[in-house]
Amino acid sequence: MLSFIARRLLSGVITIWFIATATFFAMHAVPGDPLTQEKAMSPAVRAQLEARYGLDKPLFEQYRLFMSNMLHGDFGISFTQENRRVNDIISKHFPISATLGIAAVLIALVGGVAAGSVAAYCRNRWPDRLVMVAVIAAISVPGFVIAGLAQLVIVAMNNAAGKTLLPVAGWGSVSQIWVPALVLGLGTMAYLSRIMRASMLEVLSADYNIAAKAKGVHGWRLFWHHQLRNAVLPVVTELGPTIAAITTGGFVVELIFAIPGLGRYFVQAVQQLDYTVIMGTTVFYGAFLVLVVVLVDISYGLIDPRIRLHRGRA
Amino acid sequence: MAISVFRFAPKTWGAADDLEAVAPIPLPSMANPTVILSGLMVIFLLLFVTVGPSLWRQSPSQQWLSQISEGASRARSVRIVSDNGAWRPSKKADAPSGLKVHAANTEYVRLQWPKLAGIERYRVYRGDADKPGLGLAITETADSYYQDRLQLSSEVYRYTIADADTGLLLLSREVRPEAAMSVFEAQLQGLIPVTNNKTQWVEIPGHPLGTDALGRDILARLMAGGRTSLFVGVVAPLLFITFGCIFGAIAGLMGGWVDQLAMRFVDFVVALPFLLFMILFRVAFGIGPGENGIMPLIVAMLVLSWPGSARLIRGQVLALRSQPFVEASRIAGVSTSRIILRHMLPNVLPMILVAFSFAIPQAIFTEAFLSFIGMGVSPPTTSWGALCNEGIKTLLSHPRQLILPAIFISLSVLAFNILGDALRDATDRRSGVVRA
Amino acid sequence: MAKTSASRFLIVPAVALQFLAIFVLSVGLLSQAQAQAVDAQKSKVTLALATEPPTLNSAVATDTIASFVLSHLMEGLLVYGSDGELAAGVAERWQLDADGATFWLRDSARWSDGKPVTAHDFVFAWRHALKPSTASQYAFIFYPIKNAEAVNGGQLAATELGVSAVSDHELRVEFAKPCPYFLSLAAFMTFLPLREDVVAHWGGRYAADSDKLVVNGAYVLDKWVHGAHLRLRKNGHYWQKDGVKIHEIDMPYITADPSAQFNLFRDQQIAIAPLDTGLLDEAVERGFNIEYFHTGSLYFLEFNFREGRISSNRAFRKAVQRLIDPDLLVNKIIGLPGVKPAYSLFPVTVKGSEKPFREEYPVMRVDADIAEARKYLKRAKAELGLESWPPLVMLAGDSPRALQEAEYYQYLFKKGLGLELRIDQQVFKQRLEKMRRGDFDIVVAAWGPDYDDIMTFADLFTSWNDNNRGRYDNPLYDRWIRLAQSSNDAKTRFNAMAQIQRIVVEDVPILPTYENGALYVQNPRLKGVRRSIFGGDPNFRYAWIEQ
Repeated sequence: MLSFIARRLLSGVITIWFIATATFFAMHAVPGDPLTQEKAMSPAVRAQLEARYGLDKPLFEQYRLFMSNMLHGDFGISFTQENRRVNDIISKHFPISATLGIAAVLIALVGGVAAGSVAAYCRNRWPDRLVMVAVIAAISVPGFVIAGLAQLVIVAMNNAAGKTLLPVAGWGSVSQIWVPALVLGLGTMAYLSRIMRASMLEVLSADYNIAAKAKGVHGWRLFWHHQLRNAVLPVVTELGPTIAAITTGGFVVELIFAIPGLGRYFVQAVQQLDYTVIMGTTVFYGAFLVLVVVLVDISYGLIDPRIRLHRGRA
Repeated sequence: MAISVFRFAPKTWGAADDLEAVAPIPLPSMANPTVILSGLMVIFLLLFVTVGPSLWRQSPSQQWLSQISEGASRARSVRIVSDNGAWRPSKKADAPSGLKVHAANTEYVRLQWPKLAGIERYRVYRGDADKPGLGLAITETADSYYQDRLQLSSEVYRYTIADADTGLLLLSREVRPEAAMSVFEAQLQGLIPVTNNKTQWVEIPGHPLGTDALGRDILARLMAGGRTSLFVGVVAPLLFITFGCIFGAIAGLMGGWVDQLAMRFVDFVVALPFLLFMILFRVAFGIGPGENGIMPLIVAMLVLSWPGSARLIRGQVLALRSQPFVEASRIAGVSTSRIILRHMLPNVLPMILVAFSFAIPQAIFTEAFLSFIGMGVSPPTTSWGALCNEGIKTLLSHPRQLILPAIFISLSVLAFNILGDALRDATDRRSGVVRA
Repeated sequence: MAKTSASRFLIVPAVALQFLAIFVLSVGLLSQAQAQAVDAQKSKVTLALATEPPTLNSAVATDTIASFVLSHLMEGLLVYGSDGELAAGVAERWQLDADGATFWLRDSARWSDGKPVTAHDFVFAWRHALKPSTASQYAFIFYPIKNAEAVNGGQLAATELGVSAVSDHELRVEFAKPCPYFLSLAAFMTFLPLREDVVAHWGGRYAADSDKLVVNGAYVLDKWVHGAHLRLRKNGHYWQKDGVKIHEIDMPYITADPSAQFNLFRDQQIAIAPLDTGLLDEAVERGFNIEYFHTGSLYFLEFNFREGRISSNRAFRKAVQRLIDPDLLVNKIIGLPGVKPAYSLFPVTVKGSEKPFREEYPVMRVDADIAEARKYLKRAKAELGLESWPPLVMLAGDSPRALQEAEYYQYLFKKGLGLELRIDQQVFKQRLEKMRRGDFDIVVAAWGPDYDDIMTFADLFTSWNDNNRGRYDNPLYDRWIRLAQSSNDAKTRFNAMAQIQRIVVEDVPILPTYENGALYVQNPRLKGVRRSIFGGDPNFRYAWIEQ
């Protein structure tokens, strides 16, 4: 087991190195450089700046420096916000993206499980049809359209009520999480409710379910202890990758709802060619993804030795 | 936005069917009405973007400056008016007693009013005659005349003149501008020769879905945009699945350290954060002047998306290699290429097809998302995502400019998803999918 | 069986109820007091920022957001008053000569930690900004001061700069050349004072957070959550604190999306929101208080004059001039009141000797005419000896409006002249880099005034100006500028400027397209907000809330 974990961790580290290298060279292939400014700059000033960011060194030397700094967990100083460190930026803004992402996953999970169960219970009757239509809509409408429309709906709702029922945008209070999280989690919710419906249908026709009913278990108890617990398993196994995807993918929601998450910073940094922030963010997200995957792998390995063997062989 | 997993059900490759279960079940459920409907939808979309432009012959890049952001309209004739930018009433004309309209057409509305004692500056409001309120303050001027040219349409306007300092309302009048086109535009569009500037009438075509913020026909743009979206949606998956299949097949057939190395490499690529790298690559590749940006998009997708199918095919090849019928053929001395063609290909082909049909909607979404954040195709090329990007800015005043392209994206994603679902169900049961 | 259907019957609403309960609970949690646009009791205004200020260090800040925040936090020697004219700031009186200026500082000016503001703080700040190691983009703005250019280039020590503190309250500045507009410079962001001890203490992290700077203006930075929230509170140590009516400026939203800002405004969460074309109709419909002001910036097409470029041919540029009608662009494509068609290098806001420059020296207006344009094009083809026209490259920014504009030009060139225009759309920094390298035929560019004098526009296209990205080189143009720069006499200067204006129309080094205006909606209870070109915009220093 230990060697399995060690192997997974090692391959994780190599993957992160690969990501860092790919990012570094992709970034340096970009025409133009982050020092370009609107006002023309005197050569003396430019030389100073190049020295400050190490851009005066040969590419390979820059790469070596970047790697050794990265090993010390230091991504350098931002180009656009000259007095802030990239580590600062990540540590301030990633928790926001993560909070939003986790809230989205929670909403998706609760919503997906509820909708899927309802659909399974009412198989081929109108609630089932309704859920399935909603699922199809949520999967096929692009997220940016949903985000834009959601904001309009909130404004209309607040105007109709004459007071602020739900905040339109911003970040800082609990109330400001829900709408963006719902928008972000909608696609996943639809996907999970599909899985939930299928697995609940299986459970409903399973022997132990019939046995439990025969034993006289019914109502909430039956649902909670016998059906939900079994039906929810396939949904839970889907969660790992989903959490990672959602947490790293909230760009547009963060833009539209004025949420200071790391995704928004990344898009801005790309537009400003802010090398250090781009590289820092990408490596960080890459590492985060790898970590999630490794953790999921290890936990599967712990649960099911067959996977361990299989993965070890592959 | 999370491009989460856009498939309808988990891609578990037929659990536990052994080879006996391969018994020929005739194409199940492929004939159900939803599937037929989505098939028709796909055909409709393909026809819409290919045959459409030869039926609806408006150019998607033609800008009707006289019809910016208009609703649905029919073909009609409009008057040609000579536009001279700096208008002022002739000195001879007496000051009018009220608010006088010298001319009113959709190119310009010329107003003149009497100078009133004690008022230094006038503010001119323009509002919709059906609605209460003054409307928009279009200018503040010290003169007693004004020529309004600001995006006029042939609805009834109410002009109000007020004292700019006190806000006191002075004069008001309703005006309905006549549909017109400037000589400059008529010459530009080639409707009249450049040497001719006598007033006359010209015919202009209608726009069944209206025009966008640059006066372009939305229907024509939907067709042009769809061509890009569907092209990227089909070609990118075609490329990355082909590449992935070859990669996976080589790894699976060679086995040993080649396989080990190849799979480690796949692990690395899978670990790259997809959207981050799409954006990064898009910037790194850059788009030169005049390029449409489709190639960098496809290349970036190719670089990032192939590992899925590589893993899939490798697993299948590994599993098939140890199947009795393959081993039997090998012992019988059948050549490797023949084994691949006769035994392996027919077994993996359905799976490749299914992966392909699920990859299409995903690619369409990815393209739409990137174009939406301005990192996709570049003008004059357009796509449904780019149209959405243009449309969201005018969501409040002209919602149709966002909703129409969004509907097309949704329809195509939906149709391909349903087809993929049906295809998977069918292949799951028909071909004996072996366990990796 | 009956039991099963009964339990099914129960489960459905139960699950739905559970889901609903979670939702209601969350809605209940949130209905705490929300920020309101204006709060008369607390005298508080809530706003949204487009982006976060990249830095609040006045020596290196360049952008409009930093300028807006700093104009509330800091006070220079002079300030812009409620009427937009220069007024006394830290300096209570001053004297301006041809060879220098002297400022006498008031005793009552204090930093937010209670220490007095002295002439040494200005001397330090200006030297600091000019040091090559500070790498300030705006260092050039000090160049009228003696030795400034040499200090910035690293040839002279910072102590050689022509500025000195005669006493704690007297500042003496020596000029390198006449600078009749120095007073407006003294109100500029980069000329703000800095406290040597504080800057030295924080080093590179100076002004990175709200606790890492001291200020001397009407407000202090009360809170700064990066990317999310800024809050300004009235400064108790400000010498004129009784004149500050708004006690708190809260900025809990940072978004560049105009629709998001407009939605916040509609929901009465913020007091001011910018408008663009797509939002205008809706704002009118709702009867909002729509206002606009001239931002003083000029948008234009800049031609490339480097060797071998088609755009260096005058007949070609004249053809473009006769093709593009600024009036049409403004009214049809941009469609915002407040944006004005431009025909001159100098926007209407530029001051002349007494009246606005454009009223004293009207510009000759060239009207669009396709027949004429084609004639010029024919001539250009003959002069250049071309068989057929190669495609031309138009470099453009990536903002929605820039894109729309570029697509419009592309269409005009195609239909009007039969030329293929290739749009090269680049993000900001890459566009600047390509402009610097001369990788374009025509570029969609803009210029905002740095200081309140006609020269901020005029010297842009001299052969020695590094911001002249098209490398326009006209000895006549250069000569008029040299003449104006060496003179302190208004009449000589403005006559020279009239010549410059004529050259721009006749020789078309650039083609002005529009003068930008900013359109916005404002809460009707908020009064006295100064919108202006200089001195930080918008300015709440003189604003108040109506009861």
